[in-house]
Amino acid sequence: MNDIMQAPTIEYGTLAPMLLVFGAAVLGVLVEAFAPRYLRKVMQVPLTLVSLGGAFALVLVQVIMRGAPTEAVAMGAVAVDGPALFIWGVILVLSFVCVLLVNDEGHFVASAAAVPGSADEEEAEAAGSGHTEIYPLLLFAVGGMMLFPAAHDLLTMFVGLEVMSLPLYLMCGLARRRRLLSQEASMKYFLLGAFSSAFFLYGTAMLYGYAGTVSLPGINKALAGGALLDPLLLIGFAMLGVGLLFKIGAAPFQAWKPDVYQGAPTPITALMASGTLVAAMGAVLRVFWVGLGNLDWNWRPVMWAVAALTMIVGAVLAITQTDIKRMLAYSSIAHAGFLLIGVMATFDKSQQNAGSLSAILFYLLVYSFTTVGAFAIVTMVRDPGGEAGHLSRWAGLGKRSPVLAGVFAFFLLAFAGIPLTSGFFGKYAVFAAALASGSESGDSLGGWMTGLVVLGVVASAVAAFFYVRVIVLMFFSEPAADGPSIAEPSMGTVAVIAVAALVTVGVGLFPQPMLDVAHQAAANLFIR
Amino acid sequence: MESPVEIVQHTAGGAIGVSWLMIAFPLLGAAILLVLGRKTDRWGHLLGVAMSLASFVVAVLAFFELLGLSAEQRRQAVHLYEFIPGMADMGLLIDPLSISFALLITGVGSLIHIYSIGYMSHDPDRRRFFSYLNLFVAAMLLLVLADNYVGLFIGWEGVGLASYLLIGFWQFKPSAAVAAKKAFVVNRVGDFGLLVGMFIMWSATGTFAFAELSEKAGGLSQPMVTAIGLLLLLGACGKSAQLPLQSWLLDAMEGPTPVSALIHAATMVTAGVYLVVRSGAFFFPEGSPQALAVAIVGAATLLAGAIIGCAKDDIKKGLAGSTMSQIGYMMLGAGLGPAGYAFAIGHLITHGFFKADMFLGAGSVMHGMNDEVDMRKYGALRKYMPITFVTFIIGYLAIIGFPLLSGYFTKDGIIETAVEHNQVLGWLAVVGAGITGFYMSRMIFMTFFGEKRWAEDAHPHESPTVMTVPLIVLSIGSIFLGGYLILSNRLMLWLAPAVGRPEELPTFHFASTPGLATLALVAVGAAYAWMKYGRAEVPAVQPRGSFLTTFARRDLYGDALNESLFMRPGQWLTRIAVFFDNRGIDGVVNGLAAGIGGTSGRLRRIQTGFARTYALSILIGAALLTGALLLVGNI
Repeated sequence: MNDIMQAPTIEYGTLAPMLLVFGAAVLGVLVEAFAPRYLRKVMQVPLTLVSLGGAFALVLVQVIMRGAPTEAVAMGAVAVDGPALFIWGVILVLSFVCVLLVNDEGHFVASAAAVPGSADEEEAEAAGSGHTEIYPLLLFAVGGMMLFPAAHDLLTMFVGLEVMSLPLYLMCGLARRRRLLSQEASMKYFLLGAFSSAFFLYGTAMLYGYAGTVSLPGINKALAGGALLDPLLLIGFAMLGVGLLFKIGAAPFQAWKPDVYQGAPTPITALMASGTLVAAMGAVLRVFWVGLGNLDWNWRPVMWAVAALTMIVGAVLAITQTDIKRMLAYSSIAHAGFLLIGVMATFDKSQQNAGSLSAILFYLLVYSFTTVGAFAIVTMVRDPGGEAGHLSRWAGLGKRSPVLAGVFAFFLLAFAGIPLTSGFFGKYAVFAAALASGSESGDSLGGWMTGLVVLGVVASAVAAFFYVRVIVLMFFSEPAADGPSIAEPSMGTVAVIAVAALVTVGVGLFPQPMLDVAHQAAANLFIR
Repeated sequence: MESPVEIVQHTAGGAIGVSWLMIAFPLLGAAILLVLGRKTDRWGHLLGVAMSLASFVVAVLAFFELLGLSAEQRRQAVHLYEFIPGMADMGLLIDPLSISFALLITGVGSLIHIYSIGYMSHDPDRRRFFSYLNLFVAAMLLLVLADNYVGLFIGWEGVGLASYLLIGFWQFKPSAAVAAKKAFVVNRVGDFGLLVGMFIMWSATGTFAFAELSEKAGGLSQPMVTAIGLLLLLGACGKSAQLPLQSWLLDAMEGPTPVSALIHAATMVTAGVYLVVRSGAFFFPEGSPQALAVAIVGAATLLAGAIIGCAKDDIKKGLAGSTMSQIGYMMLGAGLGPAGYAFAIGHLITHGFFKADMFLGAGSVMHGMNDEVDMRKYGALRKYMPITFVTFIIGYLAIIGFPLLSGYFTKDGIIETAVEHNQVLGWLAVVGAGITGFYMSRMIFMTFFGEKRWAEDAHPHESPTVMTVPLIVLSIGSIFLGGYLILSNRLMLWLAPAVGRPEELPTFHFASTPGLATLALVAVGAAYAWMKYGRAEVPAVQPRGSFLTTFARRDLYGDALNESLFMRPGQWLTRIAVFFDNRGIDGVVNGLAAGIGGTSGRLRRIQTGFARTYALSILIGAALLTGALLLVGNI
């Protein structure tokens, strides 16, 4: 051992946004430990918002002042490249917006440890206490979401995955109403998440066995020279895929999504449906395009089947859902399928790859904002026992509350991808990229890609059915006599819905500026 | 024969330079009244009248400016802006023809606006009524002032819209709503003709502008010109309620009476005549088959309208039949080429006065009789409504062609020119004049003479000044205008720069054969009417009537014909289409939807809610993924 232990070099400036979020999370824990109860919320809310806002500002500063780095930082563990910065920006804005939702009274249980329906619960309820731990937990989750898609080796990625997921498991169980459902969701999510994490880790180990490294470019390099049919490689790759596809909710790993989305407190559902999906898609892209870029002839057919199955399951199962949150969960599954079409749109030339990458980034942006807006509206439609989840309760909402129903209808149209909404351009960009990549290859793959896009369009049509069905329900049915009340929205909720609607309308009418940003972010692809 | 003079670009300012204000004023009025809505209820009608009068003032100023120019300079084109790049510019053509129409529209229009203040005073929606009237005036002015067919078409559709809105103004009455729809649908047929005519025009000449068409139309082949002409005639038939598209006009009387006077008597329904005369130089050369078709349509309609007029007990429908008939005269004149144009336009102008006069008179009667329209419930009203009676009588004498009144000169001009050109059509027009004498006298006798046959709660009274003054003004026009325009050929010389004129100016014969025959027949008709409705008692309930009476009462079975020829086959077509849609297309679509729904329902059961099942599905998925990758890798 002649080597002296060297301190690792950390590029603090480049990592500053992520470090700020983690730092604020640690501070938040300290606040929980030492600040008196009545001060906690007063301190936590600004701390959380300022750190998220500050991190977003840092991302902007970095993009404007220096541009995206071209080398991986932190000893090759983290790649803060263009796509990562774009994803960070999106996640930070989304989580900022979700904090505004979390901030509203009445979503979270007073004392999570109290048995539902017990005297303890009533006591805590009466005392008016609440879990302010939610704020540091959320910050940790956001930090994980940032690390997950930016990780440059599989171990860092695993750490990011867990840092992201563990607080989410916990937060899912904190719903104030229907607590048993919430706790069940939390439990399921944890069990299945742990199960899939194990797959991920197992796959990492296999790939290490094949390549001798966990670094993504390292694996790719090994692929370039080594045997492509090594079972170690293929099995490891499959296991890794299971872990990642679980997180985006691709079929057949989607089963957790409806149950968890339904049970979790709606602000947390909004965060999962937007932030987690964005982060996980970033990670999927990085693994498949960077780590396994040289293996795409192998994974494309499998991915084809997964994408097709995901779209079909999402769109078809959504039709018979009767709960609004479950329906949105299936819709999210279908959209994950659409995104996977984009993941398959790879080319030989990096410039064209940048085109499909920017399409995916754009899709992620528009979809996630619309999703947050939709869930924000779900929080406002309430029954005496909490949110009015059952679709029949939404009948005639357009007559009671035309503005709210109108905005929601608009979000649904955006999900469906109707022109003049942002969703249209998102879908169009991804489908167009996929068609182009298919026609470029010029062999049987072209036909398969076209077939997949056709399937995607058909799935969109099926999906449009259940989106429009809700619109019909809201506007063309008689309202129930004892219909749900519309909660007087807080400033925060109004701001969330306004931002989401603004993005959905604005990008729908003038997509070019946002497309340009996405294109710029994707211009240099991932760091290899 | 002298051709129209060339159109010159207007460069000087003056009233002609700002002639677009004629359209802008009422358009602005309509916009203000419609946008501000109920806030303008108190003063909305005054704004409407003011806008119409302002438009009239501009028209008068432009008219005098035009009078000051030499005959070669009297066709002034005012370019406004590029409308459809490469296809049409928006511009106005101020020439003797268009300014005559503008004066009629804004002049009579303003009088009817003023009259409506009184007539609609009890209607809660008076403001809306005035906004539509203003909209109509603006659209009608665009129709006649535009210097190209595109602008004309926009105005054409605009007056159609205003007419639709005003016929159905009392939309709470199902009959009014149905009548509005009928007018709209029937006009679609005509508009279709006009549009297709314009399409052919464009593909053949590449222009819509009157100025360019006068050069290029000469180079078109004969069948092409005939096709365009016949299609334009179809458009004219729709708007002017000529056979075979006449059926909507009688029902259109469901609208408020001032509307019937302005739109469905004085102005809009004459748009077809304007179209034919305006297009005369390009598409209706004298002696061409399409010009003959115009004359035949006119002659047929003038008889049909007159026969219908004989059997109507509803005073407004009687007048509507007479309107059809009089427009038939105009069409007949317009089909005779430049020799007939001046008489057609002259009759159009005098008809605008005396028919508006009588419609407003009918409105005045209805105003005093609790909106009763059935003439069998009138009688002896002359003592109770002296001003209405006198003005109505003047209108009546004018329309039957009583010597020296307006209608005498213009109608006689048409009849004599027609006899010169085409004996058959000319003598049919003479017969029509005789029938006119009968049915108009019948109306007078039933309304103003004889015994009282009123409803019990009727208290007839003279209408307020705001309604009688327009009546008086219109009746003065009904007396003198015709003689002024026709004697010494003032109108023909005035219009000549715009529409051309025959080489030899006609001289008006007071004692020609057709003229004397007309007078004799009118006298016979009036006398017969006196016997049946003046001297004899008028039954309060409509008697059964002969076959001919029923024929006329049913509007010559026009509706029945439309129903059996178009509506029923159309319904069958719809039914067949619906059948195939339900069984064929919907069957497939619904089957597919049901299939997906069923699949969804079955697949749903996989979602058991047990974490163990989910974990199993992940495991199976992982196995499949691995297996697939190994398989794909080894192929």
